[in-house]
Amino acid sequence: MSEMIETDVVIVGAGPAGLFAVFELGLLDIKAHLIDILPRPGGQCSELYPEKPIYDIPGLPIVTGQELTDRLLAQIAPFHPTFHFNEMVEKLESTGSATAPSFRLATDAGKVFSCKVVFVAAGGGSFQPKKPPIPGIDAYEGKSVFYAVRRIEDFRDKHVVIIGGGDSALDWTLNLQPVAKSLTLVHRRDAFRAAPHSVNAMHELAAAGKIDFRLGQVTHVEGADGQLHAATIRGNDGADKLIACERLVPFFGLTMKLGPVADWGLNLHENLTPVDTEKFETSHPGIFAIGDINTYPGKLKLILCGFHEAALAAQQAYHYVYPGKKLVFQYTTSSTNLQKKLGVV
Amino acid sequence: MVKSCLDDPAARYGAEPGGASAPAKAKITFVDSHGQARTVEGESGATVMETALRNDIPEIAAECGGACACATCHVYVDASWTEKTGKASQMEEDMLDFAFGVKPNSRLCCQITVKPELDGLVVSTPAQQG
Ligand SMILES: Cc1cc2nc3c(=O)[nH]c(=O)nc-3n(C[C@H](O)[C@H](O)[C@H](O)COP(=O)(O)OP(=O)(O)OC[C@H]3O[C@@H](n4cnc5c(N)ncnc54)[C@H](O)[C@@H]3O)c2cc1C
Ligand code: FES
Repeated sequence: MSEMIETDVVIVGAGPAGLFAVFELGLLDIKAHLIDILPRPGGQCSELYPEKPIYDIPGLPIVTGQELTDRLLAQIAPFHPTFHFNEMVEKLESTGSATAPSFRLATDAGKVFSCKVVFVAAGGGSFQPKKPPIPGIDAYEGKSVFYAVRRIEDFRDKHVVIIGGGDSALDWTLNLQPVAKSLTLVHRRDAFRAAPHSVNAMHELAAAGKIDFRLGQVTHVEGADGQLHAATIRGNDGADKLIACERLVPFFGLTMKLGPVADWGLNLHENLTPVDTEKFETSHPGIFAIGDINTYPGKLKLILCGFHEAALAAQQAYHYVYPGKKLVFQYTTSSTNLQKKLGVV
Repeated sequence: MVKSCLDDPAARYGAEPGGASAPAKAKITFVDSHGQARTVEGESGATVMETALRNDIPEIAAECGGACACATCHVYVDASWTEKTGKASQMEEDMLDFAFGVKPNSRLCCQITVKPELDGLVVSTPAQQG
């Protein structure tokens, strides 16, 4: 069953551009929901370089990717944005006209949103699981190859093979072992980047013969009609071993892929959406693109540019959300009206 | 018009290419997964990943821009060079878990700094990074 959520603006992507857009929209009394496939806000800043310093945020001589994210969250808190994490926006359809735009968006988790304006703040694309180069693996994806565990029942009484050495690989080894018919963990080395207690628990299960831990890589899979039967593991000693495998779960981290944005009928040039530099609107009225996803003459993929774009896009969004209403330009320093919205007076 | 050294601060301070303090260079050869070799000049102090990007070397994605956070700058160091490039750090080893087809000579090339001793370095790139 799908849930229908109504809001003024849906922001696709909770990176720095999407987060700051909440602020600029909020000042104009526009409510926003943010959707991101990641489990947390911050986009590239929190996913790729949370600990690294950024030196070119105006007014903040040095700030790490995570700190910037935290500060943005604090800054937008007065506007109570609603976050939808771990969800991919798959569909975007127009339900209105050029002068009175409205849209319907759908996520892979079954949520449906209805809104007047869409801010595409999708950055370098959605963060998606890396797919290992095992020949023919595509044919099994979603049926017997999974890059995340959504339903444990899919693994009951199956021969399960997990690849990886991080927290996800170890957590799912421990969680699926009790339901699987057999479980093999394949990792390239006998060292893990995971919580020590999970590593110990895994070694204990292996010592007790409850799971099989193999050093090596999965090189081939066999099966039919999307259903796996077996996998070949090339051991670090170079020897191949064929084992029963009905479910394969590779954990190789995330990579940025443009993803569903490509299917929304937006103009794209080398995976970027052209916009005007007055409103940062795409060729489709009511759909704006801000941050790394857009392109225009002189574009720089900098956080500060995303902030500027969010501010200008919000001005035009106002006219779609409040048609016919006049927009008065105000400063947060001196406008009691804005200060009320920020909760500081 | 001929410019004297004194009129041109950049030349005076040796900041022009080839000037006295121009960084030392090292030749680096990237062999792609089809066997095609490309030899380029890297500047001392830059990383091998940066050298690859500056020279449009294919098969290096470097999504995280050198933060050792993406494992999409994976290379195999030619056997004759593994001693000179040294071993991966703990952090790099952890990140290599997210690369494909990792071998004992695998490195993330954003973690290798170009230096004169690496003049002639040969690395090869895997067919798939991300
Ligand atoms: C190592 C590194 C260092 C950097 N250093 C600097 C610096 O010093 N200064 C600077 O200004 N910039 C720097 N940048 C660039 C900066 O991080 C980006 O410009 C910025 O993150 C772009 O913000 P964004 O909000 O546009 O997109 P992103 O941060 O890419 O966020 C986009 C979000 O959208 C989500 N998304 C996309 N499509 C979908 C979908 N269909 N459904 C759900 N979610 C989706 C993604 O999962 C992602 O979380 C650096 C980048 C890197 C990698
Ligand atoms: S560029 Fe990301 S790990 Fe090297």
